[in-house]
Amino acid sequence: MALAPAPATGRFARTPHVARKERAESLAQAVFAAMSAAMVLPLLLIVGYLVWRAWPALGLEFILDVPRRGMTDGGIWPAFVGTLYLVGLSLVVSTPIAVMAAVYLNEYARDNWFNRVVNLAVINLAGVPSIVHALFGLGAFVYAARFGYSILSAALTLAIMTLPVIIASTREALASVPMAFREACWNVGATRWQTIRAVVLPNSISGILTGVILQVSRAAGETAPIMFTGAVFFKAVERGNLFPYGLSDQCMALSMHLYTLATQVPNVKESLPYATAVVLLGSVLLVNASAIALRVFLRGRKRW
Amino acid sequence: MSPDPSPPAATTVRPHRSAWAVQGERALEALVRLSGVSAIVFVAAIFFFVLREAAPVLVKDEFSLGQFLFSTEWYPTSASNVRYGTFALTVGTLSVTALAMVIAVPFGIGAAIYLSEFCAPRVRETLKITIELLSAIPSVVWGFIGLTVMSRLIVSTTGAPVGVNVLNGGIILALMSVPVIVSIGEDALKAVPDSYREAGLALGATRWQLVYRVLLPAARNGLLAAVLLGVGRAVGETMAVLMATGHAVHIPGSLLDSVRTLTANIAAELGEAPAGSDHYRVLFLTGTLLFLITFAVNLAADFFVRGIRRR
Repeated sequence: MALAPAPATGRFARTPHVARKERAESLAQAVFAAMSAAMVLPLLLIVGYLVWRAWPALGLEFILDVPRRGMTDGGIWPAFVGTLYLVGLSLVVSTPIAVMAAVYLNEYARDNWFNRVVNLAVINLAGVPSIVHALFGLGAFVYAARFGYSILSAALTLAIMTLPVIIASTREALASVPMAFREACWNVGATRWQTIRAVVLPNSISGILTGVILQVSRAAGETAPIMFTGAVFFKAVERGNLFPYGLSDQCMALSMHLYTLATQVPNVKESLPYATAVVLLGSVLLVNASAIALRVFLRGRKRW
Repeated sequence: MSPDPSPPAATTVRPHRSAWAVQGERALEALVRLSGVSAIVFVAAIFFFVLREAAPVLVKDEFSLGQFLFSTEWYPTSASNVRYGTFALTVGTLSVTALAMVIAVPFGIGAAIYLSEFCAPRVRETLKITIELLSAIPSVVWGFIGLTVMSRLIVSTTGAPVGVNVLNGGIILALMSVPVIVSIGEDALKAVPDSYREAGLALGATRWQLVYRVLLPAARNGLLAAVLLGVGRAVGETMAVLMATGHAVHIPGSLLDSVRTLTANIAAELGEAPAGSDHYRVLFLTGTLLFLITFAVNLAADFFVRGIRRR
C-alpha cells in the first residue's frame, strides 16, 4: 500500500452495505471450501484407518497365500486370481462392443428420435442397480443360457454392467477429435470407415484406453452382480497357482471375499478383513490413479 | 498413394478397391451399427429376463399386487402364514435415501459451486481427482467401513444399541452419491454462459451474490438432474446398505432404528430362495420394481440435463 490512504469520507469509501457484502462473500467462500474439504477428508481418513488396522497382516505373503483354518487365517490368493479372471474376461467381452457402440453414437448416428432412444438406453444401462444386473445375470446367463453358476455367467454380467463406462469415455475421446481432421480425410477420398480407422481411432486411442482402465476398476469392485452368478464363498486352490479356474467353474473374488469375511465367518483374525479391504481398495485406487495419470499426461501432449 | 511426378494421363484412372475391401467395410459398419443399438437390446433384455422370472407369481391366486406394494408384512419363509409385503422395505429404501440426500445435496452442491466459481485451477484439479477417487471406492468397501468404523462411532456417540441403522446407511450412501452430485452439478454451473457472470460482475455483485442470484437460478435444471442422479445411485446401491443398515424388516421410527432396503433384501434372501419358488419370484418382482424406479429417475434426470444442453 504505497498510495496515500483514501479519506474515510471519500467517494469510494466502504459503505456498510459494501462491508456486509464482502463479509458475506468471504463467509460463503469459507463455507464452500469447508464443504469441499469435507469430501477430501473421508478418503484420507478411510484409507489411513484401513491401512492402520490391516498392517499386521499385510504383505506379499498375504496375497500369495491361501485361506487357512476355515478362512480365519492365511491369505487371499484364490480370491485375487478369481477377480483377475472375472475382470479379464468381462474386459474381453465388453471392450469391443462398447468401443463400437461409441463409434456408432459419435460417428454414424444422426440426431433423430431413434438415436435419442439409444442414448437414453445407454444412460439407463448405467443407472440400473447392481442387484438388478445380478437378477438379470441369474435369469439370462445362469438359467436361460444354461451357463450355470460359472465364471462365464459372472463375467458376462459384469461385462454388460460396465459397458456404459467404456462407452462414455470412448465417446468423449472421439468427440474431442477435431472435425477438420475428418474433413481432411474425406477430401482425399477416404470412406467413412477408412477415416475412422486411419484418423479418428488413432487420435483417440488414449481416451479409449482410459475408459478401459476405468472399466477394470469398476468390474473389480462389484460384488452384487457376481454373488449369484458365479462367485462362491470358498474354493480350494493351491498356493500361487495361476490357472486354478476353468470357464465353467465357480470362483472366489476379492469383493465377495471381503463380504464373506466381514459378515459370514465367525472368529476371523482381526486384521484379515481389513487387509482384504486394503488390497481391494488399493488395487482399485491404483488402477484409477493410473487412468487419471494417463489422462493428464496425454492432455499435456495434445497438439490441438 | 505413390508419389507420381509425371503429368496426369489424359484419362483419369480412378483408384478402385477390391470387392473384398468394400464388402469387409460394409460388414464392419453393420457390426458397428449393431453394437450401437446393443444398449437398447441390453436394457430391454434386463427388463425381459427379470420380469420373466417374476411373471408366474403375478398370475397366482394367492398373490395380490396390492399386498406386495402396500403391506408391511414380509414373512417369505413362514410355514403357515406366508406374506410378501414390501412396503416396509420401500420405506427403508426411502428413509435411507432421504437421509443420504439431506447430507449429500448441500455438500455436493456446495462443493460444485466451490469448484466451478471460487477455487484456483490447481486446487480444482486436486479436488476433482480426489472426488473421482472417492467415487471409485467399491460399494463392498463402503459397506465394510459402515459395518466396522461407522457403526462403532455411532454406538459410542449416540448410545444406540446397534450401530448398523438408518443413520449409518444414510452417511455411507451420502459419501457414495456426493461425487455424482459434484461432477454433474459442476457441469451444470459451467454450462451457464460467461456473459451472465460478466453482467453480474459489471453491476458490482460479489461472487457469492452472483452465485445465489444468477448462477443457481440459471443452472437450476442441471442441479436438479445432479440431485436425481444422486438419488438413483442411492436407491440402487446394494452391498453398502446390505452391510450398514442392519436387517430389520420394519418401518423405522427413528434414525437409530435398523432397516432393510429393497436392494439389500434381494441380496440377503436370493441365496436362500429355491429357484422357481414363490419367494424367488417375488424377489425378482422386487427387482422389476427397482428397475422401474431407477428407470423413471434416470429418465427425469435426462430430461432436465437435456434442458441445459438446449440453452
